[in-house]
Amino acid sequence: MNLQPQLIIDASYFAAAFLFIYGLKRMSSPVTARSGIVVAGVGMLVATLASFLYVFGVNEAAQPHLTTNIILAATALGVGTLWAWWSGKRVAMTAMPQMVALYNGMGGGAAAAIAAVELLRTSATHTTIPLIVTIVGALIGSVSLSGSLIAWAKLDGKINGTWRVKGQQVINGALFLLTLGLGLFIVFAEHGHASPQVVAVFFGLALIFGVLMTMPIGGADMPVVISLYNAFTGLAVGFEGYVLQNPALMIAGMVVGSAGTLLTLLMAKAMNRSVSNVIFSNFGATGDESQGEIKGTMKAAEAGDAAVNMRYASKVIFAPGYGLAVAQAQHKLFEFVKLLTDAGVEVKFAIHPVAGRMPGHMNVLLAEAGVPYDMIYDLEDINEEFKEADVAVVIGANDTVNPAARTNKSSPIYGMPILNVDQARQVYVIKRGQGKGYSGVENELFFADNTSMVYGDAQKVMVAMIQAVKQLEGGH
Amino acid sequence: MDLTTTLTGFVALYIFMLAAFTGYEIIGRVPAILHTPLMSGSNFVHGIVVVGAMYALLNATSTVEQVIGFIGVLLGAGNAAGGYVVTERMLEMFKPSDKKSDNAKK
Repeated sequence: MNLQPQLIIDASYFAAAFLFIYGLKRMSSPVTARSGIVVAGVGMLVATLASFLYVFGVNEAAQPHLTTNIILAATALGVGTLWAWWSGKRVAMTAMPQMVALYNGMGGGAAAAIAAVELLRTSATHTTIPLIVTIVGALIGSVSLSGSLIAWAKLDGKINGTWRVKGQQVINGALFLLTLGLGLFIVFAEHGHASPQVVAVFFGLALIFGVLMTMPIGGADMPVVISLYNAFTGLAVGFEGYVLQNPALMIAGMVVGSAGTLLTLLMAKAMNRSVSNVIFSNFGATGDESQGEIKGTMKAAEAGDAAVNMRYASKVIFAPGYGLAVAQAQHKLFEFVKLLTDAGVEVKFAIHPVAGRMPGHMNVLLAEAGVPYDMIYDLEDINEEFKEADVAVVIGANDTVNPAARTNKSSPIYGMPILNVDQARQVYVIKRGQGKGYSGVENELFFADNTSMVYGDAQKVMVAMIQAVKQLEGGH
Repeated sequence: MDLTTTLTGFVALYIFMLAAFTGYEIIGRVPAILHTPLMSGSNFVHGIVVVGAMYALLNATSTVEQVIGFIGVLLGAGNAAGGYVVTERMLEMFKPSDKKSDNAKK
């Protein structure tokens, strides 16, 4: 092998590994975050360009195919990059979580593809440890691929509801053991020279397992699941990096593997659920029959009346949810809030850890509308203040403000920390209809005595509220 | 594989261990507002898998290997490029609030 190209490749990978870690470090603070992704991007560019130098060191067996392979590689790289660039630029901010899931699944698929090529390379001599690592990486990567695709489809509304059968956990467990068993068969009985059919069955089973594992998980838990699959893909990439003896893949993969695991635990903690609880318990499976009758009736209020009420309040807290973002009402909301603050009303935003579709998603959406940071408060920091608030406004949120999480032990969301909006003197809930939240649970907040419902599209309601306050000012 | 570096046995374990701690330390003290961008950012970083897929494809000897390698590079490139664009778009919003000076420069 020619040494010179290999030296350049190694140096590039070293640079890439450094730039990834340095970039992630910069991304962990709001001030430097923007430059962090650029730094990591440079690392990716350097590593990808350097990987073309593999051309100078290919196996003898691959020499006759080299021209074809180079064309294939350039085509795949170009098509994949352009498609993802285009789709990433086009996607709405609200749809960001499912896009992350989709790209993550692609990474898992790529790791699985590397493993597949390795297992099908009949000419190669395999030793046991790399072979085990290959199989494990293949299994994790495949599960991440099919699982992420299901998560994407669920969040994107392409699959609605959850899909469960009796004894599903037993079926999943059996399928997992079967897949693992076949993997061990490939390692220890076939020594990595299994027939392509056996390898194909192995990958097929792993993919099916990913689907079955994700299907029963409810939409509200999807952020945790995506984060988990993100960590999975990282691990798979790290393992396949070991198989290919590629330190850049090993380091980047393992850094993401551990960072993703920690992120998953943080998210699960924010929802007061353990990760195993998310994956194995059938969230919301208790259904309607276990929920007690809810007393009281829903009262409707006009947007204008609510707005005037807020204008003369001294303290108003907004609890925005995903519905706000869907209606694209962030900008109008902030316009309304500016009217209130100009009139001397103290306004704060209360963000539930899982508001939106991922932790921090709502912060991103509010930042997009230009809401300054010092108005936005986390759940722990603001929950005590609802008692002193004259008005709490819930916009497009549901499960994150459901008091049943505090009191009703039979409720599927029992134990999840919620925003204590019900403790405010007056609660307005801006909502399109009388439907249930993402978890499929009825919300007794809507029936409380101090709650009034403002029905309508969040954006239209905000416009009506702005007009009402402006008319009031104009009348003076 | 006759690369100049061999990362077997304990050397590989050391790399994995140190990398795992690095990832843990980086995420450990992050404010909640950055969880989504960081998930997306780490999603971008494992897009480096495209490099491994490139190696597999360039060394492919049969049609099956070429097809799978092609898919691998395609998916890996999508992971890297998509992860970058989405993360960058999210972090773009974390600019400091004095937008006026920014516009003035342009």
